[in-house]
Amino acid sequence: MSHSISDAKPAAAGAPAATRLASRRLPRWSPLAIAVGAIVVGVAIGAGFGLKSHLQWGLIALILFVGGSYAITAQVEGRRQAKDRVATSLIWASFILAVIPLYSLVQTTISKGVKVLDGTFLTHSMNNVLTIEPGGGVYHAIIGTLEQVAIATVIAAPIGILTAVYLVEYGRGTLAKWVTFFVDVMTGVPSIVAGLFILSLWFVALGKAPASGFAGSLALAILMLPVVVRSTEEMLKLVPNELREASLALGVPKWRTITKVVIPTALGGITTGVMLAIARIAGESAPIALLVFGSNMINTNPFSGPQSSLPYYIYQQYGNGNDPSYARAWGAALVLIAFVMILNLVARGIARWKAPKR
Amino acid sequence: MTTVETPPTAPPRKAATVTRPGDRIFSGLSRGAGILLLVVMAAIAVFLTVRAVSAISKDHGNFLTTFEWTPSLNPPVFGIAVLAYGTVVSSIIAMLIAVPISLGIALFITHYAPRRLGGIIAYVIDLLAAVPSIVYGLWGALFLVPHLKGLNLWLDDYLSWTVIFHKSDPNSAARSLLTVGILLAIMILPIITNVSREVINQVPKMHQEAALALGATRWEVIRLSVLPFARSGVISASMLGLGRALGETMAVATVLSASPVLSAHILDPVGGTFSQNIVAKFGEADEFGRDALIASGLVLFVITLLVNGAARLIIARRKEYSGANA
Repeated sequence: MSHSISDAKPAAAGAPAATRLASRRLPRWSPLAIAVGAIVVGVAIGAGFGLKSHLQWGLIALILFVGGSYAITAQVEGRRQAKDRVATSLIWASFILAVIPLYSLVQTTISKGVKVLDGTFLTHSMNNVLTIEPGGGVYHAIIGTLEQVAIATVIAAPIGILTAVYLVEYGRGTLAKWVTFFVDVMTGVPSIVAGLFILSLWFVALGKAPASGFAGSLALAILMLPVVVRSTEEMLKLVPNELREASLALGVPKWRTITKVVIPTALGGITTGVMLAIARIAGESAPIALLVFGSNMINTNPFSGPQSSLPYYIYQQYGNGNDPSYARAWGAALVLIAFVMILNLVARGIARWKAPKR
Repeated sequence: MTTVETPPTAPPRKAATVTRPGDRIFSGLSRGAGILLLVVMAAIAVFLTVRAVSAISKDHGNFLTTFEWTPSLNPPVFGIAVLAYGTVVSSIIAMLIAVPISLGIALFITHYAPRRLGGIIAYVIDLLAAVPSIVYGLWGALFLVPHLKGLNLWLDDYLSWTVIFHKSDPNSAARSLLTVGILLAIMILPIITNVSREVINQVPKMHQEAALALGATRWEVIRLSVLPFARSGVISASMLGLGRALGETMAVATVLSASPVLSAHILDPVGGTFSQNIVAKFGEADEFGRDALIASGLVLFVITLLVNGAARLIIARRKEYSGANA
């Protein structure tokens, strides 16, 4: 560090007399000028050599820009400043590079999804609809998703919240350490493995693996559990200790303190965490493919028979491999994204609204 | 698990002389929930192992080195060589692309963008982390695959001599491990960016201001005070992303045109991954075939367990001596 900083000194010392304390700087408009120059030259080279892909033109311009600004800055301001310029342009480039596909994903889904999205699409199933023809809808899939997610939430939310309470309020010693570690590890269990687990559980317990929405819900609950634990834990930790102490000092039993003081204080955050977890599992399709199988008909009973679900519906429609099915897949993708995004936005809204005021 | 049962409450003084039944029930319940979670993890390992062992014992090929996946043949032959190779290669490609770019975006948000713009970008990227993988899969198959054809041809034209970028049939669609890797990279970008950004935000302001006061440029501040502090956090963020890339199912299943060929040419539309193979073969599998798939799922489970466990251990070690997380 000391070495690289000391580089600057000779430059400053080399300046005649003490009239100028600052070293030479490029004018503020120079990056823009270099960029324009790079684009012009890039286009000229691209057009001159007859390169077809405009992406290549852009790449040439980018390389020219980075190289040009390094060379010019190194001449005027010195190597350190030049490196800084290059780092800045690389970081901007990485940002732009990432924005392109993510923007394209959202834009494609919306523009293609809107075409099929209408009242019929939302209120009809795929029963008796030929896959090669337009028509049909996602009603059965929406029902399936809502039911499966609801059951998973009913299972995972209480267990998750209780586990978090254990970790924050009671957990001392080995057991708590193990639970903390495995909550973290569980976050990384691939969804397909959760599906395979329920499948083998079914095989061992029943000797067969009947399709049902409930089986899918169990797998989803496994995926949801660690997310709920983690977020609830964070929220409970934010509750000030003074509140607990005040309550205990008044002679309130510990469990009443937790249920009447600690949890209500953190309720906004806990709700947010649960909703974010719901948003995560609502998009899971791999366990559904193994356990619920998917169906074209409306099946409102999650405990028997195959059901559909929005993500699995998208997969099925994609698998059909024709344009009307692709259109339906995009429509369902838009519905699913909208659902997940609304959950996210509402959850974050609650978090902001209920956040402890400081 | 052998902790003392009677005074479970935190205050160490003699407050716990009166143990109310409500207290005991509630602490029992919450401890039970924690134990249940451990039981579930153990059960996943045990049940998968039981089914997997019964399948592997009947495998007439070598489970680790066989290319084909044909458990329905008589005698059954199946192995994970192609799947393991495809999973590892596509994840490596994803990491090579995603980690530098994510770090770039995280630095962009924290150090380069105007503050308000940075906040908005962070929020949007948070939201993008919630986009379901099947949507990435659909977009990857219908949009990315046709658009990557040009890149594929370009790589084949100019870098064919590297063997890696050799494309056997230039006309084949870009449903290759490279495309899968790129798609996975796009998928895990938001997660790695989010976690890295949080770590970078924790870098003590004093360190950075001290560097600035010594006349460091912005890049030197990042290189000398930000990156050393955030390194382990970024590593564990990347490993979380890696865990996700390894286990990703639907996005791979829609994009890759799978076949039991182990090829060094990552532009060729061949190969497979664990989870893609499970989803693709599940429909036609009989009970034994499903056990075979469960066996491959067990391998995937163990791999992701190791990756995630390592990531968590790095974070945990970091917490002990950083002091910034307190």
